[in-house]
Amino acid sequence: MKQSIEALKPAQGKKIKNSWRNKKNCSNYIWAYLMVAPTIIGLMILNIWPVIRTAYLSFTETASFGSNKWIGLENYKTLFRDSIIWKATWHTFQFTILVVPLGIFLSLVIAALLNAKIKGTTIYRTIYFLPVVVAPAAIAIVWKWLFNADFGLINHMLSAVGLKGPNWLTNSKWAMFSLSIVGIWSTLGYNMIILLAGLQGIPRSYYEAAEIDGAGSIRQFFNITIPLISPTLFFVTITGLMGAIQQFDLVYMMIGPGNPAIESTQTLLYLFYRSGFVVNDKGFASAIVMWAFLLILIITFIQFILQKKWVFYE
Amino acid sequence: MLKRKVVIVISFMFLMMSMMGCGSKGTSSNVENNKDSKKDVTLTYGIWDKNQEPGMRAMADRFEELNPGIKVNVEVTPWDEYWMKLEAAATGGALPDVFWMHTNQFLRYAQSDMLLEVGTMVEKDPELSYDNYPEGLVKMYEYNGKNYAIPKDFDTIGLIYNRKIFDDAKVPYPDDTWDWDKLVEVAKQLTDESKGIWGFAAENSSQSGFYNIIYQNQGSVIKEDLLESGYDMPETIEAIQFWTDLILKHKVSPTLAQMTDTTPIALFTSGKVAMMFMGSWMITELTTNENTKEVADIAILPKGKTRATIYNGLGNSISAKTKYPEEAKKFLKFLGSKEANLIQAEHGSAIPAFEGTQAPWIQYNTKYNLWAFVEMLDYGIPFPSSETKNKWERNEETYRLKMFSGEISVEEGCKALAEEMNEHLATEKK
Repeated sequence: MKQSIEALKPAQGKKIKNSWRNKKNCSNYIWAYLMVAPTIIGLMILNIWPVIRTAYLSFTETASFGSNKWIGLENYKTLFRDSIIWKATWHTFQFTILVVPLGIFLSLVIAALLNAKIKGTTIYRTIYFLPVVVAPAAIAIVWKWLFNADFGLINHMLSAVGLKGPNWLTNSKWAMFSLSIVGIWSTLGYNMIILLAGLQGIPRSYYEAAEIDGAGSIRQFFNITIPLISPTLFFVTITGLMGAIQQFDLVYMMIGPGNPAIESTQTLLYLFYRSGFVVNDKGFASAIVMWAFLLILIITFIQFILQKKWVFYE
Repeated sequence: MLKRKVVIVISFMFLMMSMMGCGSKGTSSNVENNKDSKKDVTLTYGIWDKNQEPGMRAMADRFEELNPGIKVNVEVTPWDEYWMKLEAAATGGALPDVFWMHTNQFLRYAQSDMLLEVGTMVEKDPELSYDNYPEGLVKMYEYNGKNYAIPKDFDTIGLIYNRKIFDDAKVPYPDDTWDWDKLVEVAKQLTDESKGIWGFAAENSSQSGFYNIIYQNQGSVIKEDLLESGYDMPETIEAIQFWTDLILKHKVSPTLAQMTDTTPIALFTSGKVAMMFMGSWMITELTTNENTKEVADIAILPKGKTRATIYNGLGNSISAKTKYPEEAKKFLKFLGSKEANLIQAEHGSAIPAFEGTQAPWIQYNTKYNLWAFVEMLDYGIPFPSSETKNKWERNEETYRLKMFSGEISVEEGCKALAEEMNEHLATEKK
């Protein structure tokens, strides 16, 4: 009996050490909660509550000025019967497939190049990161002019070498491709900076050892860099996919409703905007955005499962 | 411990300051006001056109002079955000006291009791009368036999042309004898592919474009009193065919793709287009552009089977839930007065609605024949609208794209559009 009591005591001691009963801990915990309170409160009011409210709205029929009527799954039934929604889902995936893999690959290559000891790396990094800090509206205006079929710079340069450039933004076949170019260009810098940070966490000793063993730079890239940067790559892939599925501003600002190519570039969130703020059918709009949310959930979930296969944690 | 307390206190202070910062954006005027006098009433006047702000501010200043104790705060919200903000405000019960109303949205607001009825005020007041404004404008803001706004201005669509292109081709300027055939004839004469000049830009726009043509051919967008789509009328189909032919058959207009890449007004001000239809509210685009300042001019629209132009007018409305209905009514009365309309005209803001006050607006820029815009009100057709407009306008948008790019025939497109439009219109019949 005495032995068992002795055995218990240290455990109880530990309990008191970390519990609220310990006055010192108590005050630590309170300070901690107070410190995070502003952010958490903000998050609750501005992020979590709207998500719950949107989910609720998706089951209602919203009339003008806030009078909502519960209609259950009606919005979702209309949603899944509408061929425009399915087309938009496909366009969203088109954009994602065009932008994310190529974008991340290019970011990785550039990050690797900028990790080298060459002169002026700071300047190069700044230049590559600039598109990220430029306002999306400014990006849209400039690229719209670049892509202008008759007066834009791109077609002008192409005609100088004798080629007739296509209608980049008004031809259904080219519009999505043009948007993807801008999509990749504007996110290169962001992914690059994150991957660069990951690269700088790889000890030089691995590369030196590989060089001694006679491995060329390409071999080193695929056998050292990629495995060791795979956690960062995983993060960048997840955030990249989330962002691409939410594509709206490029479609809204560079294409827009008067453009003959709009039917082949509308994405889910563009339809959400149109439904919620132009047609004023906020219930249906909420259903659209819940669908996009579900897609992101599923894709992220798949990614986490695949994580075990390709992400290498030291 | 002290350090921690100091940190906590400072971070709470920052939190408080940022919250105050968020809250004060809309109410700084009230704070200012409370310093002056506790009896002062401040009205908010919501508008969406930055170009018209000086004129509105001038009217507000004059009103404040005549009514000490009432201050007016003019709030500009750009068009793209105006209606979203207004809807959110309406849902939350925080509409501006007085604000601009547009025919596109009027019915929604009137039906949901968001606007104060002002017809009785006008009837009772000997100084106010709806006879002072064009009848069509007054009707636009009538619902269930009651009036919910006082007309502020009107706009019409005119034919703008580039005198230089006409001079270079030695073609006489447009005049009131012009009809559709003449328009096509001259457009062909002026179209010069080698110089990259188009005779006429057939813009993909309803109010400033093909709606005018529809009514000139005696077709309609919504059949009067019937709440049925006019798109299946042969006259309407014929009219849309005329507009499409300008692009695809006569090739006197840039294509839909070209006009999407570069807006028609940008093409006009760059001297690439000789003629196009334009709304009177866009005058500043011409007066502020170096290329066209000297060479642009305005004529009345050519006639089809009959003369027609689409006209629209803004109204000033009062929020049904305003805290200061008496003061808001005083302000509304002033806004509808001859004096206010003259101030509006002098600032070139928009063509004022009050009969006989249009002269200063016309003199605002004597280089152009601005009289053309005012003259056309005589045969103006009110901008078609209905309760579900923001729904059927989307169907219209889709078919416009297909017809003007030649993807489907005009007849096919119009008939399909009429069907879809009638579905929406049917929900309005109660």
